[in-house]
Amino acid sequence: MVELLWLVPALPLAGFVILVLAGRRMGEPAAGWIATLMVTASFVVSCVAFVGLVGLEDHVFVQTLFTWIPAGDFLVDIGLYLDPLSGVMILFITGISALIHLYSIGYMHGDANFSKFFIYLNLFVFSMLVLVLGDNLLLTFLGWEGVGACSYFLISFWFTKPANASAGKKAFVTNRIGDWGFLVGIFMVFFTFGSLNYSDFLPEAGGLAQTTATFIAVMLFIGAIGKSAQLPLSVWLPDAMAGPTPVSALIHAATMVTAGVYLLSRINPIIAVSADWVPMLIAWTGAITALLAATVAVAQNDIKKVLAYSTVEMLGFMFMGVGIGAYWTAIFLMVVHAFFKALLFLCAGSVIHGMHENQDMRVMGGLRVLMPVTFLAYLAGWFSLAGIPPFSGFFGKDEVLTYAFQENKALWVVGVIAAFLTAVYIGRQAFMVFFGEERWPQYIARLGTATPAMVEATAAADEAAIAAEEAADEGGFDEVDDVEFHPVPEGFRPHESPWLMTLPLVVLAVLSVVGGLLNLPFPKSMHYLEKWLEPVFEGSAVKLELSSGTIVGLLVFSTVVALIGTAFAAAVWLRGRIDARRFQPALFVNAWYYDSALSRFVAGPGTDAFESTASFDRTVIDGAVNGVGGVATRAGQALRQTQSGYVRRYALGIGIGSLLILAFMFTRVVG
Amino acid sequence: MNGVLAAQGLSFPILPALVFIPIIGALIIAALPARRVELHRLVAIASAVVLGALSVWLLVAFDPSNPGLQFVSSAMWVEALDIKFVLGVDGISLFLVVLTGILFPIALFAAKPEHSEKGYYFWLTLLGAGCMAVFLAGDLFLFFLGFELTLVPLYFLIGKWGHGRRVYAANKFFLFTMAGSALMLVCIVALAVLDGAGEGGGVTFDLVRIAEGGVLSETAQRVLFLGFVAAFAVKVPVFPFHTWLPDAHTEAPTAGSVDLAGVLLKLGTYGFIRYGLYLFPEAAVWAAPALISLGLIGIIYGAVVAAMQRNLKRLVAYSSVSHMGFAVMGIFALNVEGLEGSIMQMVNHGIITGALFILLGYLYKRRHTYEISELSGLQKVAPVFAGLFTLFMLASIGVPGLAGFVGEFLILLGTFLAHRWWAVVAAVGVILAALYMLWAYQRVFHGEPSEANRSFKDIKLAEFLPLVPLIGLVFFIGLYPKPILERIEPSVQLLVEHIERQVPGFESPGTQDGSELQPVASGAGSGSSPEGGE
Repeated sequence: MVELLWLVPALPLAGFVILVLAGRRMGEPAAGWIATLMVTASFVVSCVAFVGLVGLEDHVFVQTLFTWIPAGDFLVDIGLYLDPLSGVMILFITGISALIHLYSIGYMHGDANFSKFFIYLNLFVFSMLVLVLGDNLLLTFLGWEGVGACSYFLISFWFTKPANASAGKKAFVTNRIGDWGFLVGIFMVFFTFGSLNYSDFLPEAGGLAQTTATFIAVMLFIGAIGKSAQLPLSVWLPDAMAGPTPVSALIHAATMVTAGVYLLSRINPIIAVSADWVPMLIAWTGAITALLAATVAVAQNDIKKVLAYSTVEMLGFMFMGVGIGAYWTAIFLMVVHAFFKALLFLCAGSVIHGMHENQDMRVMGGLRVLMPVTFLAYLAGWFSLAGIPPFSGFFGKDEVLTYAFQENKALWVVGVIAAFLTAVYIGRQAFMVFFGEERWPQYIARLGTATPAMVEATAAADEAAIAAEEAADEGGFDEVDDVEFHPVPEGFRPHESPWLMTLPLVVLAVLSVVGGLLNLPFPKSMHYLEKWLEPVFEGSAVKLELSSGTIVGLLVFSTVVALIGTAFAAAVWLRGRIDARRFQPALFVNAWYYDSALSRFVAGPGTDAFESTASFDRTVIDGAVNGVGGVATRAGQALRQTQSGYVRRYALGIGIGSLLILAFMFTRVVG
Repeated sequence: MNGVLAAQGLSFPILPALVFIPIIGALIIAALPARRVELHRLVAIASAVVLGALSVWLLVAFDPSNPGLQFVSSAMWVEALDIKFVLGVDGISLFLVVLTGILFPIALFAAKPEHSEKGYYFWLTLLGAGCMAVFLAGDLFLFFLGFELTLVPLYFLIGKWGHGRRVYAANKFFLFTMAGSALMLVCIVALAVLDGAGEGGGVTFDLVRIAEGGVLSETAQRVLFLGFVAAFAVKVPVFPFHTWLPDAHTEAPTAGSVDLAGVLLKLGTYGFIRYGLYLFPEAAVWAAPALISLGLIGIIYGAVVAAMQRNLKRLVAYSSVSHMGFAVMGIFALNVEGLEGSIMQMVNHGIITGALFILLGYLYKRRHTYEISELSGLQKVAPVFAGLFTLFMLASIGVPGLAGFVGEFLILLGTFLAHRWWAVVAAVGVILAALYMLWAYQRVFHGEPSEANRSFKDIKLAEFLPLVPLIGLVFFIGLYPKPILERIEPSVQLLVEHIERQVPGFESPGTQDGSELQPVASGAGSGSSPEGGE
């Protein structure tokens, strides 16, 4: 049955093609259903193929479809590579994609470009599947760029808002910086091995010279930090929240951003033979990114921004896992993170939907009563992310920390601090949104409700505000922004979302609760995922050698940290025992001023450098040309007595001359 | 033989037909009375369509396994000077011929002149003949004639049917290119005399005879090579000889821009391969580092300057400088990957930039401006137009799966094998391309349309149809370039072997020999490399 593998990417591709040709005519909701159907079918085939893979003796299945680029000694195929790693990837990618497609039918209801949204979404799923199933680096790169392009389309989906358009462009260009590294890595792999096929070069990696391995690993690592939003290329992901919320859940939390982790896991034999500082670089990049992102998440007021920084943080944990050689923990965290982070984003979407497009957590509060299903689902996501047992996130994150404890205590300390902050910021979000008093009435009282005409007007005002904010971003370190409140209609009351949206929430909530079963720490026989992935990381993964007592101790310690964090959040943001502002310094609110400093650099010296090159072209190079031209003209004028001096006439002469010669030739040749 | 066409393989003399059909078409247009406007267009389109059909036929009839010149037709022309009328096609020129055949009719369908129709169609049709002659010529004299013949029509097309500063742009274009080709002419004559002298006296312009003769001294080779380089470098254009291009593009009418970017720039890169590498292998190896460096500068510099342009046509023109920089770089990587990539890049750039210029032509028709600051929010009022622009934009910045990527990737790969760090720097062009294109797209298409842009009409069916073949090609080449690469490869392989044979001690740069690694079984990795299938 594993032979059906090609259908896994082909089905979303078919959906894409159908929708491009007929999506507009199908309209809402048919276009959405077609897209959902295709991805669901792809999930079913993935399950079938996975079962087939389990039945194969060596758990590897290669399916070559056709030759893509043959040139000289270079040859790559369009071929699929199913092994334990890509098998796990396609399962959770197609599964979560199907759920988010379903959710989107409800979420995008009434959007003028409803069918276009699903075109992009189907194309994204196809690209993502090519990325993980490609049997060579170049095909992975094709998927890699494909998801990047879809991400660009979807971030700037509501393109009439300048901020959204900017965010899309920023994401693509930042990713391209990483792609540069990926490309150079590809060249080096080909130069060294003469092939880009995983099954050709990965087994040979052991014989690699250390410098070569280091070069390849670092270059591909640069690609990975671009896609997975790690420092210093992390700036695009928070801005990417400009896209519709299902996009944030699918692309910017569950799937695409984990591609970097996938890539590094895939090339683990090369990392294993590279210089010792390479894995350390990967681990520390992850750790520092995680820590910084967690501090920023504590101080954000936008419900989605909190989750965006949280995603950056969790990706940091995954990089830590890769760096310390505990590859399978990174994959484990990737899978459970996909469950609970997609869930949290979809809950946020449901809240935003219910709150009439308001995203500022300061206008929410007490929503657990009004949106019970969303709240219950959110609970599962919350406890998962906070790391409270037995929710899946606890196991995922804790495996990374356990290995870190064994390999490098300093990393472990940083990880624990980040984990503590995680419990704090997600607790803060939960309390601000679902608990406490209902705060929107006071904003309605202050700002009044909106007539339809006013809603239109505020849409325009929003743009002005965003433009001003952008200008401020570029211009300087602005103060903490005030609450941005979208006026709501008369008699406004937050409401629960339709079943199309809550059903996926429930499914993901269940997965977030039980996801840990994939790999329980005790007993050893329950290490399903670790065992399943073992052949992929053979020879490069570290073994856990801690005593059972230590492991249990670490588990208990992590639990305590998570509970203290949650309690702390409750004390500050629910009970108001301590002034919250003390934990939200401007440094955190403004994300360490990293993004704004970068923007200032790009807008300032960066643009200046470009502009001076352009003016060099105008004045120096073209100036020289025109100077020579001037001299020639003057010389020509001196000779004017003998010549007409019109280029046009010369040209005509040459033209007629050439024609005559050709005509002459023609008579000679034919006659 | 004298005076008789000898065509191999086909009974129909297809190559002479490709050269003479546009000439005949142009002559018919010239003979028609100026008032019969519709007839001029009809004849122009008819001859262009026949040209396109013949070039596609050529593609079908082409024997992929034969690396040498095919369909050769040869006739003695000036016996005393050994000037022959020799036409032939191989894998290197095949797709440039086809590109010419496809782009010329499309350019005609996509744009109409606003005045003086007769002259416009006359020159545009004649231009096709020049391009075909260059790509098909097997004789230096004929080649030069074609090279010059392309100059005149374009000069008039820009100067008479162009926009605001058309006369300045046309003069600049003409003088620039003339300066280069004057040097080349001197070199051609010198070559004919020097080489012919070695072959028992006399003069010869026969390309193959000169190339295989190999009687030139090293210094002579190098000097003559530089003369040719001058002409080609202007044409491509290679930095710092590029400033005529933005002016010419900006002022040229749409069809002129399409043919200029699509076909005429390739005369330069094609010349580098056919007349640079083939005739002067030793000099090419000697000069390769310098030319790769110039290509690299063009890639980065063109992209940086493109980013700062305020006029869309200038922006695309500078992006051409960048993309053609890739093509030059790939040629002088002097390996099969680089050369094949380079030829792919020429074809792809023709398709993609051609399409972008057609779209900009439509835009100009509606808004009478190319200024970015005048445009905004067009995606809202013209989603299909925006979608098409997006497609070609992504192809242009090299998103894999679309045409542009295949060429650029192979070029960078080939260059990496030859000069690692040059390729590492050149790959930065990939980032810059995304930057300037997406930024321009954002300013023109995103946001709310301003008052003047609100009535912008979306693309019409008649405007869409000429783009259909280009859309198909962008996907086809991106996803399945094999049939094309297969036809290019044998000839490129032959050329590389020629260079290796002629230059003692030179070995085409390839993958490492296993010094850093246990040798990898290359069975799965190496494609079939036909070793000269004669």
